[in-house]
Amino acid sequence: MLRYVIRRILLAIPTLIGVLLLTFFLFFGLKNPEVIARQNLGKNPTQAQIQQWLADHGYDKPLAEQLKRSTVDMLLFNFGQSDTTGEEIKERIKKGAGPSLTIQAIIFATGLTIAILIAVLVAYFRGTYVDRFGTLLTVVLISIVYVTYIIGLQYYLGKRLQYGPVWGFNREAGLAKFILIPVVIGVVAGIGASIRLYRTFLLDEINQDYVRTARAKGVPEGTVLLRHVLKNAMIPILTTTVATIPTLILGGLLLENFFGIPGLGGYLIDAITNLDFAVVRAMVFLGTLLTLIGYILTDIAYALVDPRVRLE
Amino acid sequence: MSFFQSDFFLNLVPCCVVALLLFAIWRAGKQPLWAEAYRRLRRNKVAIFALVIIGLYGTLALLESLGTTDKASQTRITLLDRIAQKTGALAVQERYYSAPLATMTTGEANPQPLKAPGQHLLGTDGVGNDVLLQTLKGARTAFLIGGGTLLISTPLALLFGLMAGYYGKWQDDLIQYIYGVLASIPTILLLIALILVLGRGPVQICVALGITSWVGLCRLTRGETLKHRDREYVRGAKALGVSDFGILTRHILPNLLPVVIISLTLGFSGLVLQESILAYLGLGVGGNIGSWGNMIDAARDELAREPVIWWNLTSASVALFILVLAFNFLGDALRDAIDPRLRS
Repeated sequence: MLRYVIRRILLAIPTLIGVLLLTFFLFFGLKNPEVIARQNLGKNPTQAQIQQWLADHGYDKPLAEQLKRSTVDMLLFNFGQSDTTGEEIKERIKKGAGPSLTIQAIIFATGLTIAILIAVLVAYFRGTYVDRFGTLLTVVLISIVYVTYIIGLQYYLGKRLQYGPVWGFNREAGLAKFILIPVVIGVVAGIGASIRLYRTFLLDEINQDYVRTARAKGVPEGTVLLRHVLKNAMIPILTTTVATIPTLILGGLLLENFFGIPGLGGYLIDAITNLDFAVVRAMVFLGTLLTLIGYILTDIAYALVDPRVRLE
Repeated sequence: MSFFQSDFFLNLVPCCVVALLLFAIWRAGKQPLWAEAYRRLRRNKVAIFALVIIGLYGTLALLESLGTTDKASQTRITLLDRIAQKTGALAVQERYYSAPLATMTTGEANPQPLKAPGQHLLGTDGVGNDVLLQTLKGARTAFLIGGGTLLISTPLALLFGLMAGYYGKWQDDLIQYIYGVLASIPTILLLIALILVLGRGPVQICVALGITSWVGLCRLTRGETLKHRDREYVRGAKALGVSDFGILTRHILPNLLPVVIISLTLGFSGLVLQESILAYLGLGVGGNIGSWGNMIDAARDELAREPVIWWNLTSASVALFILVLAFNFLGDALRDAIDPRLRS
């Protein structure tokens, strides 16, 4: 097992290096730092101003130095300073990680639980009108764009029904109040795709021989679903949850910005508006790292849960 | 680069997309290989309905793409504008927001009477444009972004997917490595990085979305090609001395088309959705091109006003929703029609 884990981690290293080289190429090969300087300095900067800005932000060093900056330093989590505010990126990320993780973890857990419950329900009533309605509803949920959920539900839940504040994040004033509406939006926006997927996983299992055996023994249908089918369907369900990490990142980005939550998403949006390339670089690296860790954990979980997976 | 930024090119893309769609439907009806699936699809009422909806949107996109530049005012007048001018209030410019079917402007200190009272079905926006017309115009951007991206990503995905699956060995390793790298960067982050580097604009968005979206189809093509590579018909063709290129394009590719078409149909709706997310992030097609994403983005402030300006958000969201829903239904129906075994 340990060998498998180590091998799996080693396999991720070339990918990570590839990502670092790609971002280096994007930000230093395709994008001339001088252009970044011009964009940040505003109207008609003099040549001296540009040189000064490049020197201040470390863009005047030779390409080899830049390569080190965007690969080795990233791996050591030395993100450097923001291009626009000069703030230490690492400090800001440390500050923002808390609120972001809190909200996304809650959205993830709630969304997963509700999606599984509804999928089981829909699978139980498969072939009936409940199933049809459920499937239709998931397609409808998928077809609405995330930003409409955010703007519309914030207005409806926050301003019309007054379920909670629509702006801010204050630990003293009661965290639950502030994250209620963002969490509801995050769950609703992501649930359609999950239910649809989990339903097919459940239905894939339902025609297996062991299910027929269980039914033949006289196990009631509900127990068959929850005890036998769900247990086996959990394997594909859990392995696809890692695919939701990018969705969580997107959700964080949009939600935090719109609800004034001081997390990483809001930070990144500010960086986009201010053309802060140093911050964007750091966030791309962190996002990739998270995804790769997610992939590795999935594979390990897969190997642990499913004895059919061979470890060599 | 300036050619790709020109109005001519930007209008060419939706036209090509619509033409390709029509061509695909026309050809599919004639192919004996497809006749069975085509028959099944025609019996599916939902699929026909979805096709009609997509056809309507396609027509709107086409009408908005074709037009002439007015010499006097140097503005573009599209066919859709001309139709709007003939139908009363659609083209009438008011001075400010007004609610659907209202007779006075909304949200001003002293509301003014409208030029076309009670005739703006979906109201007007902040500069007084008819929201219904703006919403209809958004169809062009949707087809431009969705279709333009697929025109970039599909050839790329098919080429690499076929090569990786057919040749195996180092080609396969290399291509798998490339898409492994791309797939490990969360899509939205890669999109942000690409657009920041490439700059903002419709073509840049298509390129960025193309780079992020070819991976899925490539993976699919590779897997399917692997399945077909050792089938007898391929070996037969090889024994007869057909070149690799011939085998790939004439024998394997037609067998992959069903899967490819399903994936493209479902992919299109995802791309249209992503356009509005990018617009929200300030990385959209730009303010001078009307799009549903821009309308939704503008609604952020509009819902905070008193009285609430809800019609902009609702119109754009509903227009977007119906198109995406139609593509999703069509994709599902295609899957059922082409491969009934997948039906649960």
